[in-house]
Amino acid sequence: MAQTEAELLDNPVAGNPPLILRSPDFHSITDVVAGAVERKTPIGWWFFFLPAVALLALLGAAVSWLFWEGIGVWGLNIPVGWAWDITNFVFWVGIGHAGTLISAILFLFRQKWRTSINRAAEAMTIFAVMCALLFPGIHVGRVWLAYWLAPIPNQMGVWPNFRSPLLWDVFAVSVYGTVSVLFWYVGLIPDLATMRDRAKTPIRRFAYGLFALGWRGSVRQWHHYEVAYLVLAGLATPLVLSVHSVVSMDFAVSVLPGWHTTIFPPYFVAGAIFSGFAMVMTLMLICRVAFRLEHIITMRHLDLMAKIMLVTGSMVGYAYATEFFTSWYSGNPYEFFTFKNRALGPYAWAYWTMITCNVISPQLFWFKKVRTSIPALFVLSIVVNIGMWFERFVIIVTSLHRDFLPSSWGYFRPTIWDVSCLIGSFGLFFTMFCLFVRFLPMVATAEVKTVLPQADPHYHRGPERELRIGAS
Amino acid sequence: MPFLVNQLPTGPYFGIVAEFQTPADLFHACERVRDAGFTRWDAHTPFPVHGLEGAMGLKRSRLPWIVLVAGLTGATLGFLLQLWVHTTAYPLVISGKPYNSWPAFIPITFELGVLFAAFGAVFGMLGLNRLPMHHHPLFRSKVFERVTDDAFFISIESWDPRFDAAATPKLLESLGARSVELLES
Repeated sequence: MAQTEAELLDNPVAGNPPLILRSPDFHSITDVVAGAVERKTPIGWWFFFLPAVALLALLGAAVSWLFWEGIGVWGLNIPVGWAWDITNFVFWVGIGHAGTLISAILFLFRQKWRTSINRAAEAMTIFAVMCALLFPGIHVGRVWLAYWLAPIPNQMGVWPNFRSPLLWDVFAVSVYGTVSVLFWYVGLIPDLATMRDRAKTPIRRFAYGLFALGWRGSVRQWHHYEVAYLVLAGLATPLVLSVHSVVSMDFAVSVLPGWHTTIFPPYFVAGAIFSGFAMVMTLMLICRVAFRLEHIITMRHLDLMAKIMLVTGSMVGYAYATEFFTSWYSGNPYEFFTFKNRALGPYAWAYWTMITCNVISPQLFWFKKVRTSIPALFVLSIVVNIGMWFERFVIIVTSLHRDFLPSSWGYFRPTIWDVSCLIGSFGLFFTMFCLFVRFLPMVATAEVKTVLPQADPHYHRGPERELRIGAS
Repeated sequence: MPFLVNQLPTGPYFGIVAEFQTPADLFHACERVRDAGFTRWDAHTPFPVHGLEGAMGLKRSRLPWIVLVAGLTGATLGFLLQLWVHTTAYPLVISGKPYNSWPAFIPITFELGVLFAAFGAVFGMLGLNRLPMHHHPLFRSKVFERVTDDAFFISIESWDPRFDAAATPKLLESLGARSVELLES
């Protein structure tokens, strides 16, 4: 007797509703995920890829002009010495964090629903970190001296200062990028072997086979593999928390009102996960329809992601309130001025955009109707990312633009090159993501198979079970 | 690379490979093969089957020790690098703090510990698994291509002391194997 979806959902024997709908067999999971890569390139893919490449070209032009002419092409100047460059950096690093949360932290918490989205989320992490690393690299002005960031002495025998959070940041983000790539690649090995074994052309067979490293699904290999995966998850978890904490210390360790606060590390981490989940949501909503994965990335997955956005969004809102309260309660007039200036000063429009997008809009996720409405999720996920970009802008620019002396007050306005670098970085991100969904399995098939009921060695499809389902 | 070749039997036959239909069938067959005293054999699955390493009688992985050593090495090197730079190579007074301001060295010590541990986990796993190994007698089998899709296999290698070209295939058939294939080296 075939089980329908409704039967499975109401089945008291099976307990929890299944994570993957339409009760597929192992082969159909392989087929739907690998098939998406093996098919002829769909026309729709070009609609995403070509604009993304155009934006990437814009980034190339903007960065080339920046190198040629200098940092002056951007709108930043004293007193606002950091502006969109560092805003974009923190924004992109934050986006990456949801990928690691999904792949590592939810793995340690045995949240099996993560298997449907972890591969794409990890890929997103890597591409976001690429975008993030771009900005500190290009904002130094004399890019040919960017190697001064590396832990080597320069030509004058001067070493970098390891006691500076800016150098901690170099280490944290580059280690994070490296470990994310390792984690992602280890997860890919069994699926690359699947692609190799299904390949119809010698080129595909060679290319996937090369990177599959000769994986043959041996249990002796899975044995070490699973330990490696668990260890990497265990390492990535404190790592991801450290990365945004260190990013926040770029600000918190300074003595600037608005930056010098101990709440920054946890507040930045919560915000990072919040924005990252919003980006995963945006990407998954497109991918699940484009690649017909609605039964693998189900409404339940979207619902759970919306709940995480609600939690982290509320944490961010709480952090905003605490920050404001502390600035008043501390009795420090400079601190309180900075915060009043944020909410009521010349950048009030940015502050209230941030509050609306980050604190108010996620509250809609209290309603199940919103959490299960695709258009609402899509719009809100983009609204949240706009809000989180503004959060970083507000923190950086409003704290800088009114210095201690009114004679050194200023107002930052972006130039066309600031805008080009920001939207160009989206070009880089989406170009990479389009290439990823075209050439690599975007769902971790080996992992999704493990959450099917028949993957359990104690599962029996005998007549006995059918009788029980028939009777219930 | 002799250490890779040594992993394979030397005779005319690599061994036999038998296909099973479900994880449950494979699980019970593994228990029986283990109890029959075979040592040079393996099971192959498209995904990690829960508890199968127990059914095969595998020992705990040594990988965590490799990771621990790698991680501690990374952390130690990271700390010593910073200590050496700030006390010996380029001592500079910053904010009136001592040269050995060890609390400020902790973030980079941690990051490098994680970096080395992660490399230890990945390369340790590949080393223990003898990967990459792009050629293997099992890849000659046509049915074995489905091991990364939806098929489950047991392979018994010919240099197992209990291997018998006539009796071993029968044993696997009696355990519910769908097909049994003899593979050349």
